[in-house]
Amino acid sequence: MVRWIAALVGLAFAGVLAIALVITVWGVASDSTPKIWTGAPKSAETEFHKHPRDAGLSSAGVFGKFDKQQLQRGFQVYKEVCSACHSLKYVAFRDLTGLGYSEGQVKAIAAGFDNIPSINPDTGEAATRKGVPADHFPLAFANDIAARAANNNAIPPDLSYMTRARHGGADYVYSLLTGYQDQPAALLKEFPDAKTPNGLHFNPYFANLNIAMPPPLRSEGQVQYSDGTKPTVDNMARDVAAFLVWTADPNLETRHQYGFMAVIFLLFSSLLAFGAYRNVWRDVKH
Amino acid sequence: MSFPWANHYEPKQPFMRWLDEKLPLPRLAYNAVGAGYPVPRNLNYFWNFGVLAGAALAIQIVTGIVLAMHYHSDAATAFSSINGTIMRDVNAGWFLRYAHANGASMFFIVVYTHIFRGLYYGSYKAPREMVWLLGVVIFLLMMATAFMGYVLPWGQMSFWGAQVITGFFSAIPGIGETIRIWLLGGYAPDDAALNRFFSLHYLLPFVIAAVIILHIWALHIPGSGNPTGVDVKGEQDTVPFHPYYTAKDGFGLGVFLLLFAALVFFFPDMLGHPDNYIAANPLQTPAHIVPEWYFWPFYAILRSFTSDFILPAKLWGVLAMFGSILLLFFLPWLDSSPIRSNNYRPKARIAFWVLVLDVLILGYCGGSPADPLYVIVAQVCSAYYFLHFLVILPWIARTERPVALPNSITEAVLAGKGGTSPAETALAH
Repeated sequence: MVRWIAALVGLAFAGVLAIALVITVWGVASDSTPKIWTGAPKSAETEFHKHPRDAGLSSAGVFGKFDKQQLQRGFQVYKEVCSACHSLKYVAFRDLTGLGYSEGQVKAIAAGFDNIPSINPDTGEAATRKGVPADHFPLAFANDIAARAANNNAIPPDLSYMTRARHGGADYVYSLLTGYQDQPAALLKEFPDAKTPNGLHFNPYFANLNIAMPPPLRSEGQVQYSDGTKPTVDNMARDVAAFLVWTADPNLETRHQYGFMAVIFLLFSSLLAFGAYRNVWRDVKH
Repeated sequence: MSFPWANHYEPKQPFMRWLDEKLPLPRLAYNAVGAGYPVPRNLNYFWNFGVLAGAALAIQIVTGIVLAMHYHSDAATAFSSINGTIMRDVNAGWFLRYAHANGASMFFIVVYTHIFRGLYYGSYKAPREMVWLLGVVIFLLMMATAFMGYVLPWGQMSFWGAQVITGFFSAIPGIGETIRIWLLGGYAPDDAALNRFFSLHYLLPFVIAAVIILHIWALHIPGSGNPTGVDVKGEQDTVPFHPYYTAKDGFGLGVFLLLFAALVFFFPDMLGHPDNYIAANPLQTPAHIVPEWYFWPFYAILRSFTSDFILPAKLWGVLAMFGSILLLFFLPWLDSSPIRSNNYRPKARIAFWVLVLDVLILGYCGGSPADPLYVIVAQVCSAYYFLHFLVILPWIARTERPVALPNSITEAVLAGKGGTSPAETALAH
């Protein structure tokens, strides 16, 4: 009896799927708009979106390590360019010792931020104070409404996890920052409706090609590096991408170190365990 | 299991004899996983996966309990309690988080292998039907636990995944929407839903542990199956679990931990979705909402039902998605062939491998956007999935001519072929 009901249920599901299949295929076949190979409609995004270029960071791969000099340069780029609009709220000033700064330098960096929200101790009114190492990086705007008002109705996202919150990670960030260009004539010809709206900027590395952020790194020398590195747009983009890998994954080096120890130990112990297994079974045919 | 030749527990030290009289736990362990449990001697590595599943559960419970000491289940602070506090400030917090997140994936890898072992070798057939039924219950509990656990970080995928899954309840005609709101504690996933998900997520693993105890108990009544599917006939067919299978499981555990370490320490985000590093935003829908990889085949089945036919398409999808797991409960009665192992069932073996391919393709479609190509492929593969269990297997069981079974396990072992792995069977024929 179970088998009859089961066969009925199975044929019912298969039947409904067959109907859905026919309708789907008919829908695709009768739709003459241009499509990509998966059947989705062709659009400016499918044709002109570019995949990220390799940023060539030292932190990439299983042997990845941070280049602390590069992290410090990237931090400088963040502080002088990006922090105007983007917050870094999960990073505390004390974490910056991971960049190679001493405790004293970290104290000085923290004290350089004088907009930490606070309360006037006498009147109780909202006030600001100088930062201490225990503080996190302050928000760029008081709230979302202020952020939108200052940025053409877009909220600049927090950058703490940016290299983990996007496909392509650091390569995406690097490619985006160096990828601003004029909208290609071919795009305008094929998709005239996809002209970049006013207030947005064309960037083929961005998901829908038109990003609200104007190119933040515009010219060489925007940031004055103190270690002799040439502050080209390419270098600044790479350095800030490296810094953002650190903000998103400060434990990367520790993780890799423990990882090697764990893998080597487990390889060794698995080998021993295998030997023990073979020894136990030596006299038993199996 | 009462094989008459099983070793007997004989405590020698006075304290152990006292304990054996008052609370015979060592005796229980000896009879369950020690030298007192005879096991067929011809088990292959696919039999390691039960113990590995237990190990994965233990890892999840230990890492989960410690994580729960630092996690805030409040919608406003959940994301930062994990990504701000645990990952950065808690000592080894990053390790706990990665171990728990990737441990869930390891748990499903192991359990899927364990299930497919059961499908291939007929482990669900008499007299082990109860083992199988309890196993399906464990699987359902695992899926509920994993779903709720993924919501807890309150990232974009957490929130929108919860939105999609809880939306299933509104497919129930009439009372569906009321049930959905009652379960969520609100009109959409929010603080109320998050808190109750945390409570249940903490509870269910212990329910799983209890059902696992029943699962192993039910197995130990008839004893373990084996790759030939032939019953144990005498002492020469078995070896005591300890030290033979404790040694083999120790090696298996080492390999499992190696793979686990590779994920946790070197590729912690590989199986996750970048969108879950963005805090949940009810006003911004992600471009593609997908669950974690272990739900992809079921997600593909859900999305295959694109047309109304008597019932709305959404209801068909939900019924099919749950049906695809519930049909497993009936498998012992659908597949009526008395031959257990597919090593001796040529037609069933072909159908099995087609099913494996089918599920893998469904998984790929489930993780892809709902473009027409993936929908069409998923529709075909979903149809095969249901036909496989509900039509093809019963039909094969009735019409198949199996290959001759060996007379005993020992005979198969001594003959050296056809008794152990599917690969050996394929080469032998």
